[in-house]
Amino acid sequence: METINVTLKINRECANAVGKMETYPLENIPTEASFLEMLDMLNHSLIKNGKDPVAFDSDCREGICGSCSLVINGIPHGQELGTTVCQLHMRKFNNNDVIFVEPWRATAFPVIKDLVVDRSALDRIMQAGGYISVKTGTTIDANSILIGKNVAERAFDAAACIGCGACVAACKNSSPMLFVGAKIQHLSLLPQGHPERLSRVKNMISQMSIEGFGGCTNTLECESACPKEISATVISFMNREFLLSNF
Amino acid sequence: MPLARDYAGLLDNRSFGGSLVSRTFYARGQTGQQLLLGAYSALNKQIALSNIHSHVRSEMQSLVLVNGHAKGIITRNLVTGKIDRHAADVIVLATGGYSTVFYLSTNAVNCNVSAAFNAYKNGALFANPCYTQIHPTCIPVAGDFQSKLTLMSESLRNDGRVWVPNKQNDARKPQDIDEQERDYYLERKYPSFGNLSPRDIASRSAKEACDAGKGVGASKLGVYLDFKDAINRYGKNVIENRYGNLFHMYYKITHENPYETPMRIFPAPHYTMGGLWVNYELMSNVPGLFVLGEANFSDHGANRLGASALMQGLADGYFVLPYTISPYLNTIQPGSTSITMKEFDVEEEKVKDKINNLLNIKGKEPAESFHKQLGLLMWNACGMARTKSKLLDALKKIPEIRDEFWHSARIPGTHDTYNPYLERANRIADYLEFAELMCHDALNRSESCGGHFREESQTSEGEALRRDDEFCYVASWEYKGNNQKPLLHKEPLIFENVALTQRSYK
Repeated sequence: METINVTLKINRECANAVGKMETYPLENIPTEASFLEMLDMLNHSLIKNGKDPVAFDSDCREGICGSCSLVINGIPHGQELGTTVCQLHMRKFNNNDVIFVEPWRATAFPVIKDLVVDRSALDRIMQAGGYISVKTGTTIDANSILIGKNVAERAFDAAACIGCGACVAACKNSSPMLFVGAKIQHLSLLPQGHPERLSRVKNMISQMSIEGFGGCTNTLECESACPKEISATVISFMNREFLLSNF
Repeated sequence: MPLARDYAGLLDNRSFGGSLVSRTFYARGQTGQQLLLGAYSALNKQIALSNIHSHVRSEMQSLVLVNGHAKGIITRNLVTGKIDRHAADVIVLATGGYSTVFYLSTNAVNCNVSAAFNAYKNGALFANPCYTQIHPTCIPVAGDFQSKLTLMSESLRNDGRVWVPNKQNDARKPQDIDEQERDYYLERKYPSFGNLSPRDIASRSAKEACDAGKGVGASKLGVYLDFKDAINRYGKNVIENRYGNLFHMYYKITHENPYETPMRIFPAPHYTMGGLWVNYELMSNVPGLFVLGEANFSDHGANRLGASALMQGLADGYFVLPYTISPYLNTIQPGSTSITMKEFDVEEEKVKDKINNLLNIKGKEPAESFHKQLGLLMWNACGMARTKSKLLDALKKIPEIRDEFWHSARIPGTHDTYNPYLERANRIADYLEFAELMCHDALNRSESCGGHFREESQTSEGEALRRDDEFCYVASWEYKGNNQKPLLHKEPLIFENVALTQRSYK
């Protein structure tokens, strides 16, 4: 099995304290291992040596839950396009690479520990309108509302958002507009979500500001960091909806 | 939820394992994920309406009973370590399954049995724990660093053909192996269902092929899932539309391109049909404790077919519980519980003791090592094929691993800070007890049935042999104390309108 040696520079930080980069040399990392499995190996040896393991978030480890949230060498989820950290493999790195690992950085995402941040601000944006008010079960049968394949596909393209927050971490203005735009496009294009579309966009954007997120700067870093490759056209869609909501 | 639509605007259908007709709605290759996002969205609506108060990063530690009724829970705030008490009129557990007892599974790494297992230790019966489902289409294990197994959607079996080389230890590339040198074993053995045979059959057949020395890949624990014929028939575009995201995911993990070379797949633990015993109202034998979804034992019997866990989640939560919870509420005096009751003191003390005991082991080995060790033991003894001798051996070894854990595990940090390794060790400690319960059940059921295959009970053709005369019952286990054998309660299965038969997938 092919292996490499790498040096990690990891942000170590406790809540409400200033963080510090610590250096960890690692040897014989299988290139087949994922980035998180490499961190597992690091923590295994830290625990064995009586040291404090590095805290990082992870759950599904197959790219769909959105909980892994590392900025690797300055790029959220690392350099590979369309990939979450859990699916980034060590074969994408070279022998003797120095790798910087940091948490999502944004005012609205306070650090809990090391590489773990509190992303409940995104939940609160969802609570401001990221849903459909009509109750399941009381609606008419889904087949009695026809939805054109192209419309369903467009809604689906946006629905692929996993809410990880990489768009925020990538943006110089900490803007979650790719996330919010994706939810708006997903819900507003479908007939069940159509009636509330104007109040939804207004409420979600207003909550976004309350949480301390910034607005879009049209740099489109978010699009290239997005592990689900959501197109920044969802932001245009959202802006158009927002404009309409003011009339 | 954006379900797939056809060009007429109607909901599109496709087939799943265990059925021959296209009758399942879907959302590209991520139906489950989209349902989950839909549920997340609906949950947020209820939070906004103040109908739900959500406690993120909090975990149930213990159930509190007052006069035999479920009246509260103790939770731990995973960020601050604070132990909290919650009083209630009724408790609903929807805490999922226990596939991660095998360490490697398709489940998210934080899935665990702890809430359900604590309810069991507080008197709830645990039913059919040996019924576990091994999913046939997962990416094979690459090395001992592996932390989880990735499931490739079952939908792939619609167009992929499963095969192994005829010859043992055939090291040639799949492209160099001629058609007549390949064994499309599912199509050969099950001509009508073919590659869409049910999960247990497809999984066991893959194991048989690998046991016979015909496995592929470096570990030889894998079989091919080949899309060549489908690509030739429909064109690459059609296959890309259907499975593009899955092919992409496979490429990312294995660095092999499934448009050019067949995928390698191997079975992995995926779903657990067993769980806490419930009645038709979804209430456990502990009054006031309701259990929903994968955490209970109902609906799927000994095996689960594609898409039906989603059905169960919807049915339990939407169509059953809202109607069955009120009759129970009618029998009690709501609001009569307070967190100052002594029962809460007792449970909170137990929770704190367990956490202190974990932190005080002060050994040398990370807790994860014991989980890996337990998982491998369970996979070999209580996985795809089980025998009396392997199960007896496991029942001897599990307490040894448990003792070793409680003597030499090192759990870093303190109880009052964010400590994910304490969180995990806390769950591993439960698995080290729960695994024994699974083996007791698997040992008791000496027939083969659904996801439970006992090598001693098979037909001359190697198919699962059920023994309805002796085992037509739900096996519900009662906790009898630490290191004590649990007590078996048999609930007979009575079929009034259909005759019990063995289904043939030939």
